[in-house]
Amino acid sequence: MTATIVTISSGKGGVGKTTTTANLAVALAMNGQKVVCIDGDIGLRNLDVVMGLENRIVYDLVDVIEGRCRLRQAMIRDKRVPELYLIPAAQTRDKSAVSPSDMVRLCDELKPDYDWILIDCPAGIERGFRNALAPADVVVVVTNPEVSAVRDADRIIGLVEAEEKGPARLIINRLNPSLVKRGEMLTPEDVLELLAIELIGIVPEDENVVMSTNRGQPIALDVKSRAGQAFQNIARRLRGEQVPFMDLEEKSGFFNRLSKMIRAAGGN
Amino acid sequence: MADWWDRLFGSKPHSASNAKERLKLVLIHDRTDLAPGQMELLKNELLQVISKYIDIDPTAVNINMMQEGREQRLVADIPIRPSQRRRV
Repeated sequence: MTATIVTISSGKGGVGKTTTTANLAVALAMNGQKVVCIDGDIGLRNLDVVMGLENRIVYDLVDVIEGRCRLRQAMIRDKRVPELYLIPAAQTRDKSAVSPSDMVRLCDELKPDYDWILIDCPAGIERGFRNALAPADVVVVVTNPEVSAVRDADRIIGLVEAEEKGPARLIINRLNPSLVKRGEMLTPEDVLELLAIELIGIVPEDENVVMSTNRGQPIALDVKSRAGQAFQNIARRLRGEQVPFMDLEEKSGFFNRLSKMIRAAGGN
Repeated sequence: MADWWDRLFGSKPHSASNAKERLKLVLIHDRTDLAPGQMELLKNELLQVISKYIDIDPTAVNINMMQEGREQRLVADIPIRPSQRRRV
């Protein structure tokens, strides 16, 4: 077994990197894969709360690197799925506590025993980004269909290319199909034309993500939700499967049909 | 509701196309590390140099950065005025 190391980045903060990391990790593990995820955001750790594992932290990434514990002691097992582990970031240190070569060494040690190592990259393009990029086999860039997120994604894609870690693969997160339909949000085609990289997934905006994050239950565990489904699909594409992209037209539920009827009646 | 309003009072173009056009320009400058003002300087200097050798019409000149995939290309369309000598 040799793990594939996937770094999840975005440049801009708040586009859903951590949510994406947590959900891809869960989705891969639900499909029988052995997964470790590493929170690369030293000083601003969040992957633990998004995954709902915050109460079980004893040791963290910096403890491992500075030799205060063994690697396995810092790995928190997620009991909801067969084989998923989290290595949390240190909260009271900063990015300079870890170097790119530390990350490479850490991943080399994990590689033989797992299928996937997912690294949640911090926002920005400084040390934390370099640390997360150094061991990467695959770089996933998460963006939102709006100007600042797309611009920052483009910077990241360029930097990934310059480090010869490319081509990066793109996830468009928080797409609002009804705004797109009205011409008030960039379409996936627009974003792809601008960034010119391979698309690996589109995640629709879904209020269930907010609710599941509140509970520390990654949405991928709920395969009936649209966002959960989208993350499951991305996990399958990461494994090399050809999965068609979801139909993002709103489902024809009762209220939808009703509002369509009203709109039709209004001649709109 | 917003649609109705726009329809009644002369609609403006949808904001997504605005976002796309703005991003196109921003990305070109980001990728080439060339500020919009520098691009103007480049154009003017380029035209000066060319004018030393051939007679061009500066108003008809078109110099633009084009995007092809993730590659940038500086494309110049510079119409040349007919040679004065022929008229003599």
